Amino acid sequence: MIQFVLLISRQGKVRLTKWYSPYSQKERTKVLRELSGVILSRVPKLCNFVEWREYKVVYKRYASLYFCMCIDQDDNELETLEIIHHYVEILDRYFGSVCELDLIFNFHKAYYILDELLIAGELQESSKKTVARLIAAQDSLVETAKEQASSISNIIAQATK
Amino acid sequence: MNPFSSGTRLRDMIRAIRACKTAAEERAVVRKECAAIRAAINENDQDYRHRNLAKLMFIHMLGYPTHFGQMECLKLIASAGFPEKRIGYLGLMLLLDERQEVLMLVTNSLKQDLNHTNQYIVGLALCALGNICSAEMARDLAPEVERLLQFRDPNIRKKAALCSVRIIKKVPDLAENFINPAASLLKEKHHGVLITGVQLCTDLCKVSPEALEYLRKKCTDGLVKTLKDVVNSSYAPEYDIAGITDPFLHIRLLKLLRILGQGDADASDSMNDILAQVATKTESNKIAGNAILYECVQTIMSIEDNGGLRVLAINILGRFLSNRDNNIRYVALNMLMKAITVDTQAVQRHRATILECVKDSDASIRKRALELVYLLVNESNVKPLTKELIEYLEVSDQEFREDLTAKICSIVAKFSTEKIWYIDQMLKVLSEAGNFVKDEVWHALIVVISNAPDLHGYTVRSLYRAFQASAEQESLVRVVVWCIGEYGDMLVNNAGMLDIEDPITVTEADAVDIIEMAMKRHTSDITTKAMALIALLKLSSRFPSCSERIRDVTIQHEGNLVLELQQRSIEFNSIIAKHQNIRSTLVERMPVLDEATFIGRKSNSMAGTASIPNGASFNLPNGVAKPSGAPLVDLLDLSSDDAPAPSPAGSDFLQDLLGVDLSPASQQSGVNQAPNSGTNVLLDLLSIGTPSLQSSSSIPVTTDILLSSQNNKTPVAPLDELSSLSLSARATSIAGAAPMMDLLDEMKDNGPVYPSIIAFESSSLRVTFNFSKPPENSQTTLIQATFTNLSPNAYTDFVFQAAVPKFLQLHLDPASSNSLPASGNGSISQNLRITNSHQGKKSLVMRIRIAYKVNGKDALEEGQINNFPRGL
Repeated sequence: MIQFVLLISRQGKVRLTKWYSPYSQKERTKVLRELSGVILSRVPKLCNFVEWREYKVVYKRYASLYFCMCIDQDDNELETLEIIHHYVEILDRYFGSVCELDLIFNFHKAYYILDELLIAGELQESSKKTVARLIAAQDSLVETAKEQASSISNIIAQATK
Repeated sequence: MNPFSSGTRLRDMIRAIRACKTAAEERAVVRKECAAIRAAINENDQDYRHRNLAKLMFIHMLGYPTHFGQMECLKLIASAGFPEKRIGYLGLMLLLDERQEVLMLVTNSLKQDLNHTNQYIVGLALCALGNICSAEMARDLAPEVERLLQFRDPNIRKKAALCSVRIIKKVPDLAENFINPAASLLKEKHHGVLITGVQLCTDLCKVSPEALEYLRKKCTDGLVKTLKDVVNSSYAPEYDIAGITDPFLHIRLLKLLRILGQGDADASDSMNDILAQVATKTESNKIAGNAILYECVQTIMSIEDNGGLRVLAINILGRFLSNRDNNIRYVALNMLMKAITVDTQAVQRHRATILECVKDSDASIRKRALELVYLLVNESNVKPLTKELIEYLEVSDQEFREDLTAKICSIVAKFSTEKIWYIDQMLKVLSEAGNFVKDEVWHALIVVISNAPDLHGYTVRSLYRAFQASAEQESLVRVVVWCIGEYGDMLVNNAGMLDIEDPITVTEADAVDIIEMAMKRHTSDITTKAMALIALLKLSSRFPSCSERIRDVTIQHEGNLVLELQQRSIEFNSIIAKHQNIRSTLVERMPVLDEATFIGRKSNSMAGTASIPNGASFNLPNGVAKPSGAPLVDLLDLSSDDAPAPSPAGSDFLQDLLGVDLSPASQQSGVNQAPNSGTNVLLDLLSIGTPSLQSSSSIPVTTDILLSSQNNKTPVAPLDELSSLSLSARATSIAGAAPMMDLLDEMKDNGPVYPSIIAFESSSLRVTFNFSKPPENSQTTLIQATFTNLSPNAYTDFVFQAAVPKFLQLHLDPASSNSLPASGNGSISQNLRITNSHQGKKSLVMRIRIAYKVNGKDALEEGQINNFPRGL
């Protein structure tokens, strides 16, 4: 099971955190500090796994961002690497060659996509296309609602003029 | 856009925060935003609630407190529209976790949303429930989720399946409701549903044996077929990763098969073919393929034995191990750890490669490899492996040294067959990484040295050389100091020279130099300095020519601010100056330290630190080594029970105990008492400041020491020392249980009936004691000892002897017989009468010695009994 997912920038800024096990705010800060210290200091070419407490953290760097997933001792580290890559590919497809800024300004979108990929720390979908389709469908639901709301407020504005 | 709206857009806030140059600026921006959001919350502003929550989430990610937004999430979830619910659920998952009570308030909204007509809203609710639900919510909403496992849209079914995973982990009792629906998910074609269904079955098997049994019977063949289909499936662009169709599904299926096959020959048998196919056919040039192979190997290793498959698996690992990719090597090492229990020989073949990995530049790989090497060591390869590891120790990183040192010490201690090798290796480790060596390791080394009389000279000379090379290693210095103190004369006169040694010329002054250096090094701590003082005292007698100089050195410490050192130096000086006549007797060589006691105590003190309430050891029959962990437990109880201990806090109470333990003649309160005479002082000095050493002398020990508590970090160690200090005269090795127990006697009721005890038990003999009290004298106890022969040979000339401390009087009646039939077919009984002049203060303690002849050969057994019932 994936205990948590972190996105950390090379400067150590947190871009996304998703916790599938309960960690208090204080613990979260501690974990982030501990792990960014360990992971950011690792030079390239080393393996992508770090043993941490009773878990393992699988991380992979894409441009300026480190994608980290903390897994149990007996989970498959190589598969976790694939899951990370899977997520990155979906993000890439959604944003159109994704960059760190996309994930900063549209952090909620990154979360929505992650929620279509993982639930309860387990993988729910292995098809990138399906995830993209589900996200698009929900985005369009939001759009329709917005349009309706603005047309209603227009009507109200007209009426009260 | 609402013309009355205030505040900034989310995008603008993020920009403003990113534009901040200092942390203080950022805090100011965040403070302003938070104030605006709070104001909006107070006004119950509906239009911008979702935007405010989005901002709060961003602020939350930066690490600022955002608890005031929690209720906003609930309000958004409760509103009707999809956009509000979407952001509300996201906020809920981000800002809250299962431990917050606010979460309970959302249960009802969740229930409604799980029954919503819009499937995307159902999806949102399932996702939130799966990510953060608590046990109560799991119980409340399990029926809804169970129903959704059969929902028409596969995307809801897969979410419901993972949500069920969380539910059964939180509340395993609910597992049985999910078995049937989960099994039917395994027949699905939709990959998302299949993956999550397999996952749900895996977790069901982990929490419920019934589920395991059911799924094993009903689903194994189906799963094998599913795996076969996906392995042989043609190119499917939607699921393809590096030429493999859906590796995620492969891996989950393999994992579930592993659980089903474990411990069941039939199930294992049915999956052999497909496992062989996966192991041989999977492309191994990409991560995805290797991930599958890795999972497959793990499954092969876990299911019931099939020789051919295991060979295949080990070969795959061998290939992994020689891969250039560090990730692959890492998982290979990881897997070999598990394989070692299955097939040690196969893993041994890769020893050389694994040993190379210990030296890798990657810390993760090094750590794995070291653990693996540790498991690979056996009697036959210990020497070359240790050599390699020690050589590597010389060049390894600082942060890796601690691990490495601990492992080497443990290997050397566990597998050494000859003492000289052990001593050599330990000296190397001490010289390289003495600062990382744990106290018990060098204590053990001293015990071993003490037990190897023919190596005393060799050891002290090697240590002398080692000290010249690496004087900065604290624990090396301590061992050097101790050995020169004890065996300094052998250093100077080259006594006990072995063939392999080069002779060295060391003068008496050189030896004293070493101790003096150890004394003066600014890095030496009190323990080392205290040990050095003792060594000097010992040398002053062994090297009369240096006596004056030694006096000068010790005099310098008479004004030391550390009480311990000051006291030692003052007392030692008076010995050197005024008590020439007794000095040489006082500083005789330490008697050989009892190895068995040390090992017993060491293992016990380890258990003690791990989990103190270890009462079980108390019931052990008395062997030679009586654990000292149990008394510790009692002491701790004592201090918490408001017992009559004078000051029950911290280390003080340990010292108080010392006072109570004093032999009857001395003062009870004498923790800091001034030395009464030179003799008293000396005797405790003999027990040095280290827990491993035990005093033994022909004069009763008087304790006036603080020395025990200060160099010990753990609460166990001081007790170890106590035990060595509180000995009565004759005992060379005592485990200390008896003196400690005395304290408790006052608290316990003296019941009129005392249970029988097994006083002594070895593989060949058992002694039981039955107790009774004569009504006329409560101090006297009548003991009926019964001896039983546990061996298949009869014993003749059976003699039982016993000795007790001075406060007891012992009378032995003649035994019923002097021959003991084999295999428990009869017994000897003998009556003992024991009078305790300190009844109620001290409990009984006895050393016994049993001599007999087996097949004409003499046999002797000895032991100490200190598990007498209290209050006798």
